[in-house]
Amino acid sequence: MIHRRKFLLSTAIWLAGTSLTRATVIRNDMPWDPFPSSAPQMERPGPWQFFTADEARTMEAIVDRIIPPDPETPGGKDAGCAVFIDRQLKGPYGSSEGLYMLGPFIKGTKEQGPQSSLTPAELYRKGLAALDTYCKVNRGGKAFADLSTDEQDDVLKQIEAGKIKFDEVDAEGFFSALLQNVPEGFFSDPIHGGNRDMAGWKMIGFPGIRYDYRDWVNRHNERYPYPPVGIGGRSDWTPRKG
Amino acid sequence: MARKLPAKDVAIIGLGWTGSIMAYELADAGLEVIAIERGPWRNTPTDFPPNFAPDELRYRIRHELFLRPEQTTFTFRNKMDQTALPIRTWGAFMPPNGVGGGGVHWNAETWRFLPSDFVLRTHLTQRYGAGFLPEDMTIQDWGVTYDEIEPYYDRFEYLCGTSGQAGNIKGKIIDGGNPFEGPRSRPYPTPPQDQPFSHTLFAKAARDLGYKPFPQPSGNLSRPYQNPLGVRLGPCTFCGFCEWFGCGNYSKASPQTTILPALLRKPTFSARDNSEVTRINLDGTGKRATGVTFVDAEGNEWEQPADLVILSAYTIFNVQLLLLSGIGKPYDPVANAGVIGRNFSHQTISSVDSFFEPGKFIFNPFIASGAIGMCIDEFNGDNFDHGPHGFVGGAYMGQVQTNGRPIETTPVPPGTPRWGAAWKKAVKENYLSALKPGTGVHGSMYSYRDVYMDLDPTYKDRFGRPLARITMDFHDNEIKQNAFLTDKFAEIFQAMGAKQVVKHYRKGPYDVTQYQTTHLCGGAIMGTDRNTSAINRYLQCWDVPNLFVTGASGFPQNAGYNPTGTLAALAFWAANAIRTHYLKNPGQLINA
Ligand SMILES: Cc1cc2nc3c(=O)[nH]c(=O)nc-3n(C[C@H](O)[C@H](O)[C@H](O)COP(=O)(O)OP(=O)(O)OC[C@H]3O[C@@H](n4cnc5c(N)ncnc54)[C@H](O)[C@@H]3O)c2cc1C
Ligand code: SF4
Repeated sequence: MIHRRKFLLSTAIWLAGTSLTRATVIRNDMPWDPFPSSAPQMERPGPWQFFTADEARTMEAIVDRIIPPDPETPGGKDAGCAVFIDRQLKGPYGSSEGLYMLGPFIKGTKEQGPQSSLTPAELYRKGLAALDTYCKVNRGGKAFADLSTDEQDDVLKQIEAGKIKFDEVDAEGFFSALLQNVPEGFFSDPIHGGNRDMAGWKMIGFPGIRYDYRDWVNRHNERYPYPPVGIGGRSDWTPRKG
Repeated sequence: MARKLPAKDVAIIGLGWTGSIMAYELADAGLEVIAIERGPWRNTPTDFPPNFAPDELRYRIRHELFLRPEQTTFTFRNKMDQTALPIRTWGAFMPPNGVGGGGVHWNAETWRFLPSDFVLRTHLTQRYGAGFLPEDMTIQDWGVTYDEIEPYYDRFEYLCGTSGQAGNIKGKIIDGGNPFEGPRSRPYPTPPQDQPFSHTLFAKAARDLGYKPFPQPSGNLSRPYQNPLGVRLGPCTFCGFCEWFGCGNYSKASPQTTILPALLRKPTFSARDNSEVTRINLDGTGKRATGVTFVDAEGNEWEQPADLVILSAYTIFNVQLLLLSGIGKPYDPVANAGVIGRNFSHQTISSVDSFFEPGKFIFNPFIASGAIGMCIDEFNGDNFDHGPHGFVGGAYMGQVQTNGRPIETTPVPPGTPRWGAAWKKAVKENYLSALKPGTGVHGSMYSYRDVYMDLDPTYKDRFGRPLARITMDFHDNEIKQNAFLTDKFAEIFQAMGAKQVVKHYRKGPYDVTQYQTTHLCGGAIMGTDRNTSAINRYLQCWDVPNLFVTGASGFPQNAGYNPTGTLAALAFWAANAIRTHYLKNPGQLINA
């Protein structure tokens, strides 16, 4: 049924792109292994891994508009949302690893889901470039990051409303990705590079991964008093940048 | 060429919930059993220990425990005249992968279907007349009754240690349980879970409105439990990372926590992981399976001969493998003939978000488990008179909120901007006092002539074989049903004292990007007539009697409940038929 050569070729391609382990035969005992084989990598502060310096400057401006700072809680920039997105785009998410990426790529209905061949990494690269180009042409020769925050908000609002279009890439699609990824950076576990000092969790009163609330399930309508804990430990242990 | 392995008595395709049950039962009967599983072996300390299992981004948002669409996916369209396009990233449902299957990362909401669900067409026709059903609705009776499989529901619940409150023991209605459930032979093995604040508030409001609320039957255990196989589970700690996640506490019933340790002790059992079955092989007559062919992660192709083949790969993979193996006549919706792919269905889910006075209501939504909740069943199945409403079907509904994980569960009132200072403020203000019960209205989806599966003409998998194609849309019956039920549901939140209740009705078209549940049903359904069903009442393939197909692919339509209690009960029921009848006289169990 399967043509042998074609099959071998496609399998080789497929394997190269995944982290599948070896097939094993299991019998007689639970294949017990006491330690994690899938422990997460901790993203540490440090140089940009995906963004260029210019892109990073634009991104930090954007994330601070999507989640602006206020007197009690840092904004997207200080919460590490741009760092989070940088690490995500460098990793498997950025290259659409594991997704079905065979053609033909045909635009379908909304109900049929995304059909773009563009990876998130390509989308950000093109989106950020197009945003700066737009601003330079239409906003007095300035890059997005050099606009006032009011002007930045205005540009983003117009993109959201479909009033600003980019040539290179779907501006609204880029904005949707931002609306997905920036809150991810604000609220995901700090090991992924965002939510620095658990700022997002502290803001809302989410205690993170405490995992055991048996003492609390029957304490109704009472504020849970303990500070958040993450995979990497408590917020006061989290490495600070610089 | 595929390398040939020594023959076994039984080859099992997929080691998820039903594969594990079948493997245990058949190895226990002394048969040589091999289970072949597409994904990796998974275990608590290696794959989801409590120090990193609760990672919302990794498991919920990036789908780490699920199948990679790159390995296999499906194409999708709403209507037969559209071109189906591939599902490039999962949305409406999440196909499991790896040992334990969906059992690893399910919620463990452990329901039974209503007695009338099993004789649906007969029941509805008798009560409302045949003209009440839409003409293109293809619902059928199952060929088994509730009473026949009750002992096997009981087997599954005692395997899992399910925590719940019985509502009907041998016909006696019990206060605090679900008065609408079919009679059960004994109480649940463990008492119901404790309920957080919002869940109790829902129950009180429901009671005040005249309903009979009860705790959702839960496979997140209320206390330690040792099952009849000698496997032990610990108590659930309400960690709030349950659905989509593995449990770090051995508290969630799964093949890992209930069967596999005992199964591995059976000397006649073995398993292969990271090995995908690519077809079921037939002999020259096409009426007998000779075994299976599979490809391991290194790309080696193997042939595993076996006398008996169990297909337990989950609904859509069961149908895909039958189509690709040329077993059974593919369904043709135009001629309304053929059986493989027919009567495919999913679920009709909706919910409401509700906003309460901040500070006055502190719900601590992060204190929850996957199957927590207080529910009512007044509007499920045919528990109410559908005559005045002009639709059939129903739902259980409840405050079943399973988490307060902040990427997913930070509802804001309508009219709030999607970003910026106002959004941030609304998230902060409402987090502790808003409710978002994901699958609040858990509605049925009945089957229709133009909702089905077949092979796609264009898109291929990595082996160059056609992807299976899903054609599915909501029909008026389900849209009407959902509007009625969502309104009823919203009334309860209003009565709880919400200052604003926002209804999210389920409307068409069916959207493959919107998660509902992973309760796909049908496509290889059971029944009494081989012209309209793929398998008989013992899950035995009509055309190939040494092949049994387990899982919800056998459901002729979906009910207003989660499917696993029922599909597990049917697996035990089929295993019993194999042990007591088939092995003595291998052949067709039904003379039709
Ligand atoms: C997020 C989530 C939450 C859920 N919550 C609930 C709930 O609360 N209550 C409920 O009742 N149900 C729930 N379900 C559904 C439940 O998981 C399934 O009903 C149940 O697991 C089905 O059992 P099964 O044996 O048919 O398939 P599975 O348990 O899915 O097992 C099938 C196995 O077959 C393997 N396989 C597939 N194709 C091949 C192949 N070609 N070769 C080899 N192996 C193959 C798969 O990798 C998988 O391991 C949930 C599902 C999900 C995804
Ligand atoms: S909610 Fe309970 S059963 Fe579910 S993962 Fe957490 S501890 Fe385990």
